[in-house]
Amino acid sequence: MQQQMVAPMLGKVIQVNFSVGDRVEEDDEAMVIEAMKMETPIFVPCDGVVGQINVKIGDNVEEDDVLAVIETE
Amino acid sequence: MIEEFSSLIYTTGFLYLTPGMIFMWLIGFILIYLAIAKAYEPLLLLPIGFGIIVANLPLAGLMAPDTGLLWKFYEYGIHWEIIPPLIFLGLGALTDFGPLLARPSLIFLGAGAQIGVYIAFFSAHLLLGFSLQEAATIGIIGGADGPTTIFLASKLAPHMLGTCAVAAYSYMALVPIIMPPVMKILTTEKERKILMPKARKVGRLEKTLFPLVGVLVIVLLVPASAPLMSMFMVGNLFRECKVVERLNLAAQNELLNIVTIFLGLPVGATMNAQNFLRKDVIFIFVLGLFAFIASTGTGIIVAKGMNLLSKTKINPLLGAAGVSAVPMAARVVHKMGQKADKKNYLLMYAMGPNVAGVIGTVTAAGIFLTMLK
Repeated sequence: MQQQMVAPMLGKVIQVNFSVGDRVEEDDEAMVIEAMKMETPIFVPCDGVVGQINVKIGDNVEEDDVLAVIETE
Repeated sequence: MIEEFSSLIYTTGFLYLTPGMIFMWLIGFILIYLAIAKAYEPLLLLPIGFGIIVANLPLAGLMAPDTGLLWKFYEYGIHWEIIPPLIFLGLGALTDFGPLLARPSLIFLGAGAQIGVYIAFFSAHLLLGFSLQEAATIGIIGGADGPTTIFLASKLAPHMLGTCAVAAYSYMALVPIIMPPVMKILTTEKERKILMPKARKVGRLEKTLFPLVGVLVIVLLVPASAPLMSMFMVGNLFRECKVVERLNLAAQNELLNIVTIFLGLPVGATMNAQNFLRKDVIFIFVLGLFAFIASTGTGIIVAKGMNLLSKTKINPLLGAAGVSAVPMAARVVHKMGQKADKKNYLLMYAMGPNVAGVIGTVTAAGIFLTMLK
């Protein structure tokens, strides 16, 4: 099973806390997006392993862009 | 020799200093300190603080009618209604009405937060004996909109302009401290966790038409809001039409920065010892704070009222974003929502009532002007 982690709002990615293959837990802080001059942490939606990361630091993302894919067992 | 020396002393300012002036310097230094060390609204509190200090220097005459430099800035910039509307031009170019258009019903929250303005207005007039004009100027502080406060004060109560502007900007800087307790008391943990349904996408056509339709409707309804509202909407049209990018950028960067300088200094300079050191001042600050709290509260209560009437529940925290301190009020709402539920991202939803609050405050000021001038 896969679960997508989507951007809840538009903004700029300023921090990515894991890389592909890392084991993550629900509600871990995954990334930080900056919007309206405020840093908003984005949290992991479910337990699993990071299968794919689609953004890097400095990228501008739109709402609903898929930021990463989490593989669940 | 000694006589010449002593007459020279009389040309300096030292002998004419009064305790009131020195006290005003202190106020100026405090504002400058808060601006630099704590980053409290530095773009405004810094020039305001400096304006206070230089306006309280004897013999300098910076605020002397007809001749003083800062008097001229004040008279031709603020009294002639030039600078606050130009600020609004820049704000219009900076404002994205997308979040509001995505959920137009949120405009009620922007209006709801203005109820606090009227509560403070009636309290100031009925309980504390301020004149109607003064009470309106104090009430508008609750709208959390600096240029509107200055605009209204210059029309209704010029002697209180400096104090009200400083109160408005100080409380705006304190939004992250003032608002959360009010929001916490008025909402339950469960309400704060409410996730908002996905907002629809707003197209370019809608965004371009909004300033045109908006200015027609609002100025027809409240003609006295025209100076601020028309500049706000033309700025927004610059932004959304995408063909005058140069004007858009000039309005939101260079022009806004320039007029900010010419706004802060004379606003500070209106604060001389006679104007400021009166017992009213304490009431202005207390009532201003009260207006701010009341606006936050009424916004939330309106949001809860909407939840009673409609099937889709909205997060009542969004009501607090109707306080038009853009975007600080929206940020506070977002942080509080995320504290209740990590996956609750309210920021963009909160921008809707937030920008509606700006329109609401300008409209409230227009209504005061129509009735009291």
